[in-house]
Amino acid sequence: MRVLMKGNEALAEAAVRAGCRHFFGYPITPQTELAAYMAKRLPKIDGVFLQAESEIAAINMVLGAAAAGARVMTSSSSPGISLKTEGISYIAGSDLPALIINVQRGGPGLGGIQPSQADYWQATKAPGHGDLHILVFAPNSVQEMVDTVQNAFDLADEYRMPAMILADGMLGQMMEPVTLPDEGEIQLPQKPWATNGHGGNRPRNIANSLYIEAAELEHLVRERFARYAEIEQKHVQVEQIGVDDADFVVVAYGATARVCQAAVRAARAKGIKAGLLRPITLWPFPTQAIAEAANHVQAFLTVEMSMGQMVDDVRLAVNGKVPVAFYGRTGGIIPTPQEVLEQIEKIAEGGQA
Amino acid sequence: MSTQNTTRPDLNAVLAGFGGQGILFMGKAIAYAGLLDGREVSWLPSYGPEMRGGTANCSVCISDEQICSPLVTAPDALVVMNQPSFEKFVDTVKPGGVVVVESSIISAKVTRDDVTVHYVPATTLAEEHGLKGLANIILMGKLLAATGFATRETMADTIAKIVPAKKAHLIPRNIEAVELGFKY
Repeated sequence: MRVLMKGNEALAEAAVRAGCRHFFGYPITPQTELAAYMAKRLPKIDGVFLQAESEIAAINMVLGAAAAGARVMTSSSSPGISLKTEGISYIAGSDLPALIINVQRGGPGLGGIQPSQADYWQATKAPGHGDLHILVFAPNSVQEMVDTVQNAFDLADEYRMPAMILADGMLGQMMEPVTLPDEGEIQLPQKPWATNGHGGNRPRNIANSLYIEAAELEHLVRERFARYAEIEQKHVQVEQIGVDDADFVVVAYGATARVCQAAVRAARAKGIKAGLLRPITLWPFPTQAIAEAANHVQAFLTVEMSMGQMVDDVRLAVNGKVPVAFYGRTGGIIPTPQEVLEQIEKIAEGGQA
Repeated sequence: MSTQNTTRPDLNAVLAGFGGQGILFMGKAIAYAGLLDGREVSWLPSYGPEMRGGTANCSVCISDEQICSPLVTAPDALVVMNQPSFEKFVDTVKPGGVVVVESSIISAKVTRDDVTVHYVPATTLAEEHGLKGLANIILMGKLLAATGFATRETMADTIAKIVPAKKAHLIPRNIEAVELGFKY
Protein backbone atom coordinates (compact mmCIF):
# COMPACT_ATOMS: atom_id res chain seq x y z
CA MET A 1 0.00 0.00 0.00
CA ARG A 2 1.30 3.43 -0.94
CA VAL A 3 1.14 6.09 1.76
CA LEU A 4 2.08 9.74 1.59
CA MET A 5 5.05 10.48 3.86
CA LYS A 6 7.61 13.17 4.48
CA GLY A 7 11.16 12.06 3.65
CA ASN A 8 12.42 12.58 7.19
CA GLU A 9 9.57 10.54 8.70
CA ALA A 10 9.88 7.83 6.07
CA LEU A 11 13.59 7.44 6.90
CA ALA A 12 12.69 7.01 10.56
CA GLU A 13 9.93 4.46 9.93
CA ALA A 14 12.16 2.55 7.52
CA ALA A 15 14.83 2.37 10.21
CA VAL A 16 12.33 1.03 12.72
CA ARG A 17 11.20 -1.62 10.23
CA ALA A 18 14.84 -2.51 9.58
CA GLY A 19 15.11 -3.38 13.27
CA CYS A 20 16.61 -0.16 14.63
CA ARG A 21 15.57 0.36 18.24
CA HIS A 22 18.20 2.90 19.32
CA PHE A 23 18.33 6.52 18.25
CA PHE A 24 20.52 9.28 19.67
CA GLY A 25 20.36 12.76 18.24
CA TYR A 26 20.13 16.48 18.63
CA PRO A 27 17.59 18.63 16.76
CA ILE A 28 18.52 20.66 13.70
CA THR A 29 16.58 21.94 10.68
CA PRO A 30 15.86 20.49 8.12
CA GLN A 31 16.20 17.08 9.77
CA THR A 32 14.12 17.56 12.94
CA GLU A 33 11.04 15.56 11.90
CA LEU A 34 13.17 12.41 11.80
CA ALA A 35 14.13 12.70 15.46
CA ALA A 36 10.61 13.83 16.40
CA TYR A 37 9.18 10.73 14.73
CA MET A 38 11.62 8.50 16.59
CA ALA A 39 10.75 10.22 19.86
CA LYS A 40 7.13 9.14 19.41
CA ARG A 41 7.74 5.77 17.83
CA LEU A 42 10.62 4.11 19.69
CA PRO A 43 9.27 4.21 23.26
CA LYS A 44 6.15 2.33 22.07
CA ILE A 45 8.23 -0.61 20.84
CA ASP A 46 10.67 -0.86 23.75
CA GLY A 47 13.24 1.18 21.90
CA VAL A 48 15.46 3.97 23.15
CA PHE A 49 15.12 7.52 21.90
CA LEU A 50 17.47 9.94 23.55
CA GLN A 51 17.95 13.60 22.81
CA ALA A 52 21.53 14.18 23.87
CA GLU A 53 22.98 17.44 25.13
CA SER A 54 24.93 17.87 21.90
CA GLU A 55 25.76 16.18 18.61
CA ILE A 56 29.09 15.08 20.07
CA ALA A 57 27.34 13.33 22.92
CA ALA A 58 24.84 11.74 20.54
CA ILE A 59 27.47 10.24 18.23
CA ASN A 60 29.37 8.83 21.21
CA MET A 61 26.15 7.24 22.47
CA VAL A 62 25.85 5.71 18.99
CA LEU A 63 29.39 4.37 19.41
CA GLY A 64 28.46 2.84 22.74
CA ALA A 65 25.24 1.24 21.50
CA ALA A 66 27.02 -0.07 18.39
CA ALA A 67 29.75 -1.58 20.56
CA ALA A 68 27.06 -3.33 22.59
CA GLY A 69 25.70 -4.83 19.35
CA ALA A 70 22.60 -2.66 18.87
CA ARG A 71 21.31 -1.60 15.45
CA VAL A 72 21.70 2.11 16.05
CA MET A 73 21.38 5.37 14.18
CA THR A 74 21.68 9.12 14.49
CA SER A 75 20.64 11.91 12.19
CA SER A 76 21.58 15.52 11.78
CA SER A 77 22.20 18.22 9.24
CA SER A 78 25.46 19.66 7.99
CA PRO A 79 26.76 21.72 10.97
CA GLY A 80 25.70 18.90 13.30
CA ILE A 81 27.48 16.31 11.16
CA SER A 82 30.70 18.33 11.46
CA LEU A 83 30.41 17.94 15.22
CA LYS A 84 29.91 14.21 14.81
CA THR A 85 32.99 13.63 12.68
CA GLU A 86 35.24 12.87 15.62
CA GLY A 87 32.83 10.15 16.76
CA ILE A 88 32.45 8.81 13.23
CA SER A 89 36.22 8.39 13.03
CA TYR A 90 36.22 6.56 16.39
CA ILE A 91 33.38 4.30 15.22
CA ALA A 92 35.29 3.50 12.02
CA GLY A 93 38.49 2.99 14.02
CA SER A 94 36.68 0.61 16.36
CA ASP A 95 35.19 -1.37 13.44
CA LEU A 96 31.62 -0.74 14.54
CA PRO A 97 28.48 -0.51 12.39
CA ALA A 98 26.11 2.45 12.65
CA LEU A 99 23.85 4.52 10.40
CA ILE A 100 24.28 8.29 10.19
CA ILE A 101 21.85 10.44 8.24
CA ASN A 102 22.85 13.85 6.93
CA VAL A 103 19.93 15.95 5.68
CA GLN A 104 22.24 18.53 4.12
CA ARG A 105 21.73 22.28 4.33
CA GLY A 106 23.77 25.18 2.98
CA GLY A 107 27.16 25.91 4.51
CA PRO A 108 29.85 26.65 5.61
CA GLY A 109 29.36 27.55 9.24
CA LEU A 110 25.76 27.63 10.34
CA GLY A 111 25.08 28.48 6.70
CA GLY A 112 21.39 28.31 5.88
CA ILE A 113 18.57 25.83 6.25
CA GLN A 114 17.73 25.28 2.59
CA PRO A 115 18.77 22.17 0.59
CA SER A 116 22.43 21.70 -0.32
CA GLN A 117 24.94 19.09 -1.43
CA ALA A 118 28.02 20.87 -0.15
CA ASP A 119 28.98 18.04 2.24
CA TYR A 120 30.03 15.63 -0.53
CA TRP A 121 33.72 16.10 0.20
CA GLN A 122 33.14 15.63 3.91
CA ALA A 123 31.09 12.46 3.45
CA THR A 124 33.31 10.80 0.85
CA LYS A 125 36.80 12.12 1.62
CA ALA A 126 37.01 13.05 5.27
CA PRO A 127 34.06 11.95 7.39
CA GLY A 128 36.57 12.05 10.26
CA HIS A 129 40.33 12.13 10.68
CA GLY A 130 42.50 9.22 9.66
CA ASP A 131 42.66 6.66 6.87
CA LEU A 132 39.04 5.65 6.56
CA HIS A 133 35.94 5.38 4.43
CA ILE A 134 32.32 5.12 5.31
CA LEU A 135 29.57 3.82 3.05
CA VAL A 136 27.75 6.79 1.51
CA PHE A 137 24.34 6.42 -0.11
CA ALA A 138 22.61 9.18 -2.06
CA PRO A 139 18.98 8.26 -2.75
CA ASN A 140 16.88 10.60 -4.90
CA SER A 141 13.33 9.99 -3.71
CA VAL A 142 11.42 9.24 -0.53
CA GLN A 143 10.92 5.66 -1.77
CA GLU A 144 14.61 5.17 -2.51
CA MET A 145 15.53 6.59 0.90
CA VAL A 146 13.25 3.99 2.49
CA ASP A 147 14.71 1.21 0.36
CA THR A 148 18.25 2.32 1.21
CA VAL A 149 17.89 2.23 4.99
CA GLN A 150 17.88 -1.52 5.50
CA ASN A 151 20.61 -2.04 2.93
CA ALA A 152 22.76 0.57 4.66
CA PHE A 153 22.29 -1.09 8.05
CA ASP A 154 23.01 -4.54 6.59
CA LEU A 155 26.19 -3.51 4.77
CA ALA A 156 27.37 -1.60 7.84
CA ASP A 157 26.95 -4.81 9.86
CA GLU A 158 28.56 -7.00 7.22
CA TYR A 159 31.65 -4.82 6.92
CA ARG A 160 31.63 -3.44 10.47
CA MET A 161 31.78 0.21 9.45
CA PRO A 162 29.63 3.34 9.58
CA ALA A 163 27.16 4.02 6.76
CA MET A 164 25.76 7.40 5.84
CA ILE A 165 22.66 8.38 3.92
CA LEU A 166 23.47 11.72 2.34
CA ALA A 167 20.09 13.39 1.82
CA ASP A 168 19.25 17.07 1.62
CA GLY A 169 16.58 19.48 2.81
CA MET A 170 14.41 18.87 -0.21
CA LEU A 171 14.33 15.08 0.19
CA GLY A 172 13.82 15.41 3.94
CA GLN A 173 10.98 17.90 3.77
CA MET A 174 9.03 16.67 0.76
CA MET A 175 6.16 14.19 0.81
CA GLU A 176 5.84 11.46 -1.79
CA PRO A 177 3.96 8.18 -2.02
CA VAL A 178 5.97 5.39 -0.50
CA THR A 179 5.58 1.67 0.02
CA LEU A 180 7.11 0.67 3.33
CA PRO A 181 8.63 -2.75 3.99
CA ASP A 182 6.50 -5.10 6.08
CA GLU A 183 6.63 -4.73 9.79
CA GLY A 184 7.98 -8.02 10.98
CA GLU A 185 10.63 -9.58 13.11
CA ILE A 186 14.02 -8.67 11.72
CA GLN A 187 16.72 -11.27 12.16
CA LEU A 188 19.83 -9.23 12.91
CA PRO A 189 23.21 -10.82 12.22
CA GLN A 190 25.21 -12.37 15.03
CA LYS A 191 27.73 -9.97 16.54
CA PRO A 192 30.23 -12.13 18.41
CA TRP A 193 32.47 -9.10 18.85
CA ALA A 194 29.84 -7.13 20.81
CA THR A 195 30.79 -5.85 24.25
CA ASN A 196 27.64 -7.17 25.91
CA GLY A 197 27.02 -9.29 28.97
CA HIS A 198 28.19 -12.89 28.63
CA GLY A 199 28.14 -14.31 32.14
CA GLY A 200 31.90 -14.88 32.09
CA ASN A 201 31.45 -17.57 29.42
CA ARG A 202 33.86 -16.11 26.90
CA PRO A 203 36.86 -13.81 26.84
CA ARG A 204 35.79 -10.20 27.14
CA ASN A 205 35.40 -8.08 24.02
CA ILE A 206 36.85 -4.60 23.80
CA ALA A 207 35.79 -1.78 21.46
CA ASN A 208 38.86 0.33 20.91
CA SER A 209 40.45 2.63 18.36
CA LEU A 210 43.76 3.28 20.17
CA TYR A 211 46.79 1.40 18.88
CA ILE A 212 50.11 2.69 20.21
CA GLU A 213 52.22 0.25 18.21
CA ALA A 214 52.64 1.71 14.71
CA ALA A 215 53.05 -1.67 13.08
CA GLU A 216 49.87 -2.96 14.68
CA LEU A 217 47.93 0.12 13.54
CA GLU A 218 49.28 -0.12 10.00
CA HIS A 219 48.29 -3.77 9.85
CA LEU A 220 44.79 -2.94 11.05
CA VAL A 221 44.31 -0.06 8.61
CA ARG A 222 45.55 -2.25 5.74
CA GLU A 223 43.12 -4.97 6.78
CA ARG A 224 40.33 -2.38 6.76
CA PHE A 225 41.34 -1.15 3.32
CA ALA A 226 41.18 -4.73 2.02
CA ARG A 227 37.53 -4.69 3.13
CA TYR A 228 37.07 -1.32 1.40
CA ALA A 229 38.47 -2.81 -1.81
CA GLU A 230 35.93 -5.63 -1.63
CA ILE A 231 33.13 -3.10 -1.18
CA GLU A 232 34.36 -1.15 -4.21
CA GLN A 233 34.12 -4.37 -6.21
CA LYS A 234 30.76 -5.55 -4.96
CA HIS A 235 28.56 -2.70 -3.81
CA VAL A 236 28.67 0.18 -6.28
CA GLN A 237 25.17 1.34 -7.21
CA VAL A 238 24.46 3.57 -10.17
CA GLU A 239 21.46 4.39 -12.34
CA GLN A 240 21.98 5.15 -16.03
CA ILE A 241 19.21 6.67 -18.12
CA GLY A 242 19.82 6.97 -21.85
CA VAL A 243 23.61 6.81 -21.44
CA ASP A 244 24.15 4.03 -24.04
CA ASP A 245 23.53 6.18 -27.10
CA ALA A 246 24.25 9.55 -25.47
CA ASP A 247 26.60 12.18 -26.84
CA PHE A 248 26.42 14.19 -23.62
CA VAL A 249 26.01 12.74 -20.15
CA VAL A 250 24.89 14.62 -17.07
CA VAL A 251 26.24 13.26 -13.78
CA ALA A 252 24.21 14.19 -10.70
CA TYR A 253 23.03 12.57 -7.48
CA GLY A 254 20.17 12.94 -5.01
CA ALA A 255 17.59 15.67 -5.47
CA THR A 256 19.71 17.35 -8.15
CA ALA A 257 19.55 14.19 -10.26
CA ARG A 258 15.77 14.62 -10.46
CA VAL A 259 16.11 18.16 -11.74
CA CYS A 260 18.69 16.93 -14.24
CA GLN A 261 16.42 14.12 -15.38
CA ALA A 262 13.82 16.70 -16.40
CA ALA A 263 16.54 18.66 -18.22
CA VAL A 264 17.82 15.55 -20.01
CA ARG A 265 14.28 14.71 -21.09
CA ALA A 266 13.83 18.24 -22.44
CA ALA A 267 17.20 18.05 -24.25
CA ARG A 268 16.18 14.77 -25.93
CA ALA A 269 12.92 16.44 -27.03
CA LYS A 270 15.09 19.07 -28.71
CA GLY A 271 17.11 16.41 -30.52
CA ILE A 272 20.19 16.50 -28.25
CA LYS A 273 21.32 12.98 -27.33
CA ALA A 274 21.65 13.52 -23.59
CA GLY A 275 21.78 10.94 -20.83
CA LEU A 276 21.84 10.87 -17.06
CA LEU A 277 24.32 8.93 -14.93
CA ARG A 278 23.25 8.95 -11.29
CA PRO A 279 25.59 7.63 -8.60
CA ILE A 280 23.44 6.01 -5.90
CA THR A 281 26.49 5.15 -3.83
CA LEU A 282 28.94 8.06 -3.53
CA TRP A 283 31.42 5.85 -1.73
CA PRO A 284 32.05 3.45 -3.34
CA PHE A 285 31.91 5.77 -6.36
CA PRO A 286 30.80 4.42 -9.78
CA THR A 287 34.18 5.12 -11.34
CA GLN A 288 33.95 2.26 -13.80
CA ALA A 289 30.50 3.19 -15.15
CA ILE A 290 31.75 6.74 -15.80
CA ALA A 291 35.01 5.51 -17.37
CA GLU A 292 33.02 3.26 -19.70
CA ALA A 293 30.67 6.09 -20.69
CA ALA A 294 33.74 8.26 -21.36
CA ASN A 295 34.65 5.89 -24.20
CA HIS A 296 31.68 6.97 -26.30
CA VAL A 297 30.36 10.35 -25.14
CA GLN A 298 31.60 13.76 -26.29
CA ALA A 299 31.40 15.51 -22.94
CA PHE A 300 30.13 15.26 -19.39
CA LEU A 301 28.29 17.84 -17.31
CA THR A 302 28.30 17.45 -13.54
CA VAL A 303 25.53 19.29 -11.70
CA GLU A 304 25.52 19.74 -7.94
CA MET A 305 24.05 21.94 -5.24
CA SER A 306 27.58 23.06 -4.38
CA MET A 307 30.49 24.91 -5.99
CA GLY A 308 31.69 21.61 -7.43
CA GLN A 309 32.79 18.65 -5.30
CA MET A 310 31.69 15.38 -6.91
CA VAL A 311 32.99 16.80 -10.20
CA ASP A 312 36.51 15.96 -8.92
CA ASP A 313 35.63 12.27 -8.81
CA VAL A 314 33.95 12.45 -12.21
CA ARG A 315 37.12 13.98 -13.69
CA LEU A 316 39.29 11.28 -12.09
CA ALA A 317 37.03 8.62 -13.59
CA VAL A 318 36.97 10.27 -17.03
CA ASN A 319 40.76 10.60 -16.79
CA GLY A 320 41.06 13.33 -19.39
CA LYS A 321 39.38 11.39 -22.22
CA VAL A 322 36.69 14.05 -22.79
CA PRO A 323 35.83 17.41 -21.21
CA VAL A 324 33.92 17.48 -17.92
CA ALA A 325 31.95 20.68 -17.34
CA PHE A 326 30.38 21.77 -14.10
CA TYR A 327 27.24 23.65 -13.18
CA GLY A 328 26.19 24.30 -9.60
CA ARG A 329 23.99 26.41 -7.38
CA THR A 330 24.82 26.79 -3.74
CA GLY A 331 23.77 28.33 -0.46
CA GLY A 332 20.39 26.59 -0.55
CA ILE A 333 19.36 27.34 -4.13
CA ILE A 334 17.99 24.40 -6.10
CA PRO A 335 18.90 24.52 -9.80
CA THR A 336 15.94 24.52 -12.18
CA PRO A 337 15.53 22.09 -15.08
CA GLN A 338 15.66 25.14 -17.41
CA GLU A 339 19.08 26.21 -16.09
CA VAL A 340 20.48 22.71 -16.56
CA LEU A 341 18.97 22.45 -20.04
CA GLU A 342 20.74 25.69 -21.00
CA GLN A 343 24.05 24.19 -19.84
CA ILE A 344 23.43 21.01 -21.86
CA GLU A 345 22.63 23.11 -24.92
CA LYS A 346 25.76 25.16 -24.45
CA ILE A 347 27.91 22.03 -24.33
CA ALA A 348 26.08 20.49 -27.29
CA GLU A 349 26.87 23.63 -29.30
CA GLY A 350 30.53 22.99 -28.62
CA GLY A 351 31.06 25.66 -26.00
CA GLN A 352 32.27 24.99 -22.50
CA ALA A 353 29.75 25.41 -19.71
CA MET B 1 -13.72 4.72 -5.52
CA SER B 2 -10.39 5.38 -7.16
CA THR B 3 -9.29 4.96 -10.71
CA GLN B 4 -5.89 3.96 -11.99
CA ASN B 5 -4.02 5.89 -14.66
CA THR B 6 -6.46 8.67 -15.25
CA THR B 7 -6.29 10.73 -18.39
CA ARG B 8 -6.30 13.82 -16.24
CA PRO B 9 -3.79 16.56 -16.93
CA ASP B 10 -0.64 16.96 -14.88
CA LEU B 11 -0.81 19.50 -12.08
CA ASN B 12 2.17 21.64 -11.08
CA ALA B 13 0.75 23.96 -8.46
CA VAL B 14 2.00 26.56 -6.03
CA LEU B 15 -0.18 27.37 -3.02
CA ALA B 16 0.72 30.39 -0.94
CA GLY B 17 -0.56 32.57 1.87
CA PHE B 18 0.02 33.36 5.54
CA GLY B 19 1.10 30.67 7.96
CA GLY B 20 -2.09 29.46 9.67
CA GLN B 21 -4.37 29.73 6.64
CA GLY B 22 -4.11 26.02 5.96
CA ILE B 23 -1.88 26.31 2.92
CA LEU B 24 0.15 23.19 3.70
CA PHE B 25 -3.00 21.20 4.52
CA MET B 26 -4.57 22.24 1.22
CA GLY B 27 -1.44 21.00 -0.54
CA LYS B 28 -1.56 17.74 1.34
CA ALA B 29 -5.21 17.24 0.37
CA ILE B 30 -4.44 17.83 -3.32
CA ALA B 31 -1.47 15.44 -3.20
CA TYR B 32 -3.54 12.84 -1.37
CA ALA B 33 -6.25 13.01 -4.05
CA GLY B 34 -3.59 12.22 -6.63
CA LEU B 35 -2.41 9.32 -4.48
CA LEU B 36 -5.95 7.91 -4.27
CA ASP B 37 -6.13 8.11 -8.06
CA GLY B 38 -3.01 5.93 -8.18
CA ARG B 39 -0.89 8.70 -9.70
CA GLU B 40 2.57 10.05 -8.91
CA VAL B 41 2.49 12.99 -6.52
CA SER B 42 4.88 15.23 -4.60
CA TRP B 43 4.41 17.90 -1.94
CA LEU B 44 7.22 20.24 -1.00
CA PRO B 45 6.72 22.91 1.67
CA SER B 46 8.67 26.08 2.11
CA TYR B 47 10.42 25.77 5.45
CA GLY B 48 12.39 28.96 5.45
CA PRO B 49 12.28 31.96 7.76
CA GLU B 50 9.31 33.28 5.79
CA MET B 51 7.14 30.83 7.72
CA ARG B 52 7.48 33.00 10.79
CA GLY B 53 4.78 35.59 10.15
CA GLY B 54 5.26 36.04 6.42
CA THR B 55 4.23 33.73 3.65
CA ALA B 56 3.90 29.97 3.78
CA ASN B 57 3.87 28.15 0.49
CA CYS B 58 4.13 24.71 -0.99
CA SER B 59 4.60 23.05 -4.35
CA VAL B 60 2.32 20.18 -5.33
CA CYS B 61 2.72 18.00 -8.40
CA ILE B 62 0.42 15.30 -9.76
CA SER B 63 1.38 13.34 -12.85
CA ASP B 64 1.00 9.95 -14.50
CA GLU B 65 4.76 9.91 -14.92
CA GLN B 66 7.59 10.04 -12.43
CA ILE B 67 7.88 13.57 -11.03
CA CYS B 68 11.30 14.99 -11.76
CA SER B 69 11.41 18.26 -9.91
CA PRO B 70 9.12 18.60 -6.89
CA LEU B 71 10.04 22.28 -6.65
CA VAL B 72 7.61 24.15 -8.87
CA THR B 73 9.13 27.37 -10.21
CA ALA B 74 6.73 27.88 -13.13
CA PRO B 75 3.33 26.65 -11.92
CA ASP B 76 0.40 25.89 -14.18
CA ALA B 77 -1.89 26.56 -11.22
CA LEU B 78 -1.55 29.05 -8.39
CA VAL B 79 -3.70 29.62 -5.30
CA VAL B 80 -2.88 32.79 -3.38
CA MET B 81 -4.33 33.75 -0.01
CA ASN B 82 -2.48 36.97 0.83
CA GLN B 83 -1.08 40.05 -0.85
CA PRO B 84 2.66 39.21 -0.46
CA SER B 85 2.08 35.80 -2.09
CA PHE B 86 0.09 37.43 -4.86
CA GLU B 87 2.99 39.77 -5.57
CA LYS B 88 5.60 37.04 -5.32
CA PHE B 89 3.98 34.36 -7.49
CA VAL B 90 1.52 35.79 -10.03
CA ASP B 91 4.25 36.51 -12.57
CA THR B 92 5.68 32.97 -12.27
CA VAL B 93 2.53 31.27 -13.60
CA LYS B 94 2.93 29.69 -17.02
CA PRO B 95 0.96 31.29 -19.85
CA GLY B 96 -2.37 29.49 -20.09
CA GLY B 97 -2.29 28.69 -16.39
CA VAL B 98 -4.92 29.13 -13.69
CA VAL B 99 -4.80 31.60 -10.79
CA VAL B 100 -7.22 31.35 -7.86
CA VAL B 101 -7.22 34.52 -5.76
CA GLU B 102 -8.64 34.85 -2.23
CA SER B 103 -10.45 38.10 -3.07
CA SER B 104 -11.80 38.84 0.40
CA ILE B 105 -8.17 39.31 1.51
CA ILE B 106 -6.44 40.39 -1.72
CA SER B 107 -7.83 43.52 -3.36
CA ALA B 108 -5.34 43.56 -6.25
CA LYS B 109 -6.31 42.31 -9.69
CA VAL B 110 -4.16 40.22 -12.02
CA THR B 111 -3.04 42.43 -14.90
CA ARG B 112 -1.78 39.57 -17.09
CA ASP B 113 -4.19 38.49 -19.82
CA ASP B 114 -2.53 35.15 -20.61
CA VAL B 115 -3.81 33.32 -17.52
CA THR B 116 -7.31 32.40 -16.33
CA VAL B 117 -8.09 34.12 -13.04
CA HIS B 118 -10.77 33.16 -10.54
CA TYR B 119 -11.52 35.62 -7.76
CA VAL B 120 -13.12 33.80 -4.83
CA PRO B 121 -13.94 35.69 -1.61
CA ALA B 122 -13.34 32.49 0.32
CA THR B 123 -13.12 33.88 3.86
CA THR B 124 -16.37 35.82 3.41
CA LEU B 125 -18.07 32.80 1.81
CA ALA B 126 -16.91 30.58 4.65
CA GLU B 127 -18.38 32.92 7.24
CA GLU B 128 -21.70 33.24 5.37
CA HIS B 129 -22.06 29.46 5.19
CA GLY B 130 -20.99 28.63 8.72
CA LEU B 131 -17.70 27.19 7.47
CA LYS B 132 -15.32 29.44 9.38
CA GLY B 133 -11.71 28.36 8.95
CA LEU B 134 -12.35 26.49 5.72
CA ALA B 135 -11.49 29.24 3.23
CA ASN B 136 -8.54 27.11 2.09
CA ILE B 137 -10.86 24.19 1.28
CA ILE B 138 -13.24 26.48 -0.62
CA LEU B 139 -10.32 27.69 -2.76
CA MET B 140 -9.24 24.09 -3.30
CA GLY B 141 -12.77 23.38 -4.57
CA LYS B 142 -12.36 26.19 -7.09
CA LEU B 143 -8.95 24.84 -8.15
CA LEU B 144 -10.55 21.43 -8.59
CA ALA B 145 -13.21 22.92 -10.89
CA ALA B 146 -10.66 25.00 -12.81
CA THR B 147 -8.05 22.29 -13.41
CA GLY B 148 -9.81 18.94 -12.96
CA PHE B 149 -6.83 17.50 -11.05
CA ALA B 150 -9.20 14.88 -9.57
CA THR B 151 -12.90 14.03 -9.50
CA ARG B 152 -15.23 15.43 -6.84
CA GLU B 153 -15.78 11.87 -5.64
CA THR B 154 -12.03 11.37 -5.16
CA MET B 155 -11.89 14.70 -3.35
CA ALA B 156 -14.66 13.61 -0.97
CA ASP B 157 -12.82 10.34 -0.31
CA THR B 158 -9.65 12.33 0.29
CA ILE B 159 -11.32 14.59 2.85
CA ALA B 160 -12.66 11.55 4.69
CA LYS B 161 -9.14 10.11 4.83
CA ILE B 162 -7.07 13.10 5.80
CA VAL B 163 -9.30 14.85 8.35
CA PRO B 164 -7.89 13.56 11.64
CA ALA B 165 -10.07 11.03 13.49
CA LYS B 166 -10.45 13.44 16.41
CA LYS B 167 -12.11 15.91 14.03
CA ALA B 168 -14.21 13.40 12.06
CA HIS B 169 -17.31 15.52 12.70
CA LEU B 170 -15.76 18.16 10.40
CA ILE B 171 -15.77 15.88 7.34
CA PRO B 172 -19.24 16.94 6.05
CA ARG B 173 -18.34 20.61 6.47
CA ASN B 174 -15.09 20.15 4.56
CA ILE B 175 -16.95 18.41 1.75
CA GLU B 176 -19.51 21.24 1.77
CA ALA B 177 -16.61 23.72 1.47
CA VAL B 178 -15.18 21.87 -1.54
CA GLU B 179 -18.60 21.94 -3.24
CA LEU B 180 -19.07 25.62 -2.42
CA GLY B 181 -15.78 26.52 -4.08
CA PHE B 182 -16.34 24.12 -6.96
CA LYS B 183 -19.64 25.78 -7.88
CA TYR B 184 -18.60 29.38 -7.20
